[in-house]
Amino acid sequence: MELKKNPLKKKVKKKVSRDGKIMFLCIVPFLILAFLFSYFPLHGWIYSLYDYKPALGLSGSEFVGLRWFKLLVSSKTQIDQIIQVMKNTFAMSFLGIATSILPVGFAILLNEVKCKGFKNIVQTLTTLPNFISWVLVYMIAFSLFSTTGLVNTLLQEGGLITDAIKFLDSDSHTWLMMCLWNLWKGLGWGAIMYLAAISGIDPELYESAKIDGANRFHLMRHITLPALMPTYLVMLMLSIANLLNNGMDQYYIFQNAFNKTHIQVLDLYVYNIGLGGNSLSLATALSMLKSVISVTLLAVVNFASKKIRGSSII
Amino acid sequence: MEISRNMKKKKRKPKKMIRSKGDTTFTIVNYLFFGLVTLICAYPFYYLIINSISNNELSSLGEIRFLPKQLHLENYKQVLQLDGLPLAAIVSVGRTVIGTACTVLASAFLGFIFTQEKMWRRQFWYRAIIITMYFNAGLIPMFITMKTLHLTNNFWVYILPAIVQPFNIILVKTYIESIPKSLQEAAEMDGANIVQVFFKVVLPNCTPILATVAIFSAVAQWNSFQDTLIYITDQKLYSLQYLLYTYINQANSLAQMVRNAGGSVANVASAATTQTPTSIQMTVSVIVVLPIMFIYPMFQKHFGKGIMLGAVKG
Repeated sequence: MELKKNPLKKKVKKKVSRDGKIMFLCIVPFLILAFLFSYFPLHGWIYSLYDYKPALGLSGSEFVGLRWFKLLVSSKTQIDQIIQVMKNTFAMSFLGIATSILPVGFAILLNEVKCKGFKNIVQTLTTLPNFISWVLVYMIAFSLFSTTGLVNTLLQEGGLITDAIKFLDSDSHTWLMMCLWNLWKGLGWGAIMYLAAISGIDPELYESAKIDGANRFHLMRHITLPALMPTYLVMLMLSIANLLNNGMDQYYIFQNAFNKTHIQVLDLYVYNIGLGGNSLSLATALSMLKSVISVTLLAVVNFASKKIRGSSII
Repeated sequence: MEISRNMKKKKRKPKKMIRSKGDTTFTIVNYLFFGLVTLICAYPFYYLIINSISNNELSSLGEIRFLPKQLHLENYKQVLQLDGLPLAAIVSVGRTVIGTACTVLASAFLGFIFTQEKMWRRQFWYRAIIITMYFNAGLIPMFITMKTLHLTNNFWVYILPAIVQPFNIILVKTYIESIPKSLQEAAEMDGANIVQVFFKVVLPNCTPILATVAIFSAVAQWNSFQDTLIYITDQKLYSLQYLLYTYINQANSLAQMVRNAGGSVANVASAATTQTPTSIQMTVSVIVVLPIMFIYPMFQKHFGKGIMLGAVKG
């Protein structure tokens, strides 16, 4: 029996391994794409060791070793600039983290709206801003808050102010403004996930709590809120891991000569000195440091998550 | 069951009576709150739309606030004749359609292949792709890479890097794992090969998740601004978003351009329909935002589901 079975098994195995190889061949084009646009660019990090001039190419550029990294910590003006940029980056990130609890509250309160139609309208219209680009957000900001915009006109007509307030072309409260625009764009969308989580809560829980005499506020506080905490914790950890990644669209579009000091976050700074100011190598050195720190942060947060929650976030 | 339900009702009723005052206040405040939030989110869009179809003179004075006045479509007719706008629209539509189709198919196929246990070195390749989500070479290395690949000032820079999206692959893979395996096995019994299984069995059963992936990538493509900024200098390849951005920054010269282009028409036209910088910006904004507003409610029902799947994994 055994003798007879063995060759058959081998045949099956061979067929399986042949199928597996074919499947592999099928996805090779995609693997190449992933390689080209994710792994291959890493070779660019060596540009941080050169004084790279695009006109000369890498072979014609001077090898300068760690000059750019030393520059980051030796020149006084450079240090001051970096400190300001880091302050902005952390300010935006921490404001983002501080306001990340708001979508939870939004979802809990919206869940208390019993009128289905109203709830749908609210949900649709509050998630809409998430789906427009920052260019459009800026256009809206421009048409409402410029010196001749609607808000200034209304305030002047109401006699509250005489001179138009410069909301956009000034450096007052830049961090707060950016945070508020972020909130306008993301609040409704951020709540969707929590609303989905709420719909997954066992109704029995509410029923039995009601029998025990809990009112509406007790239910929100002691059932809905705790049920959302695991999701919130994951989101919180992800945003900590993304501390340095503010993205640049928003800040690039809102930046102008007036607010530059306080709006320049790390991503935007890399763009401004790299493609705007043509210090390609310095910008590469910076973004390389940023990538390394980000990955480390993610690893640390993931480790913490394993310790605290017992499961990883990535 | 009946008895217990009755008991619940009896028990709840008196308590409801006691708390009804606080409850009603809460309900009213809650509805007002959401009414206000919804208004804040939706009004700017409404403001842009009514201003783009109203008397331009009134509009530039800030008179159009709640209702459009003296409707006309002259703005749209003029703006569509602007240099570059029709081309930018084609670029934007093109990248949205092609990019979305590519990434949906790629995500579906890769997600499917990665569920096949017989695939050669499945875990290794899967991890190699997923891990690209967590690191990033940085702006300058990406720029140099695109330059090396001859993708700067090339339409395909919009498409190729966006095809393999790890997050989408995770979504699809998780979804396919929830489909009963017997479906695929039955097809294989009938002699279907891997490609046939993919098209005949997997694709038709994955429509909800693929719809989610499609809407996300379509919105991302349509809204993308940064890639034009970094990789494109050829005006023929500008996307609508980027064009709008340039319009916001050079509004005055723009209005002049329209008047010149209009030629004799402008002489006939009254001040009410003559283009002003604001009217042009608002009209283009509406053109950019309308597709999103139309498509988005159709797909809204999928969001919650897709995001929950993502949360389970992510």
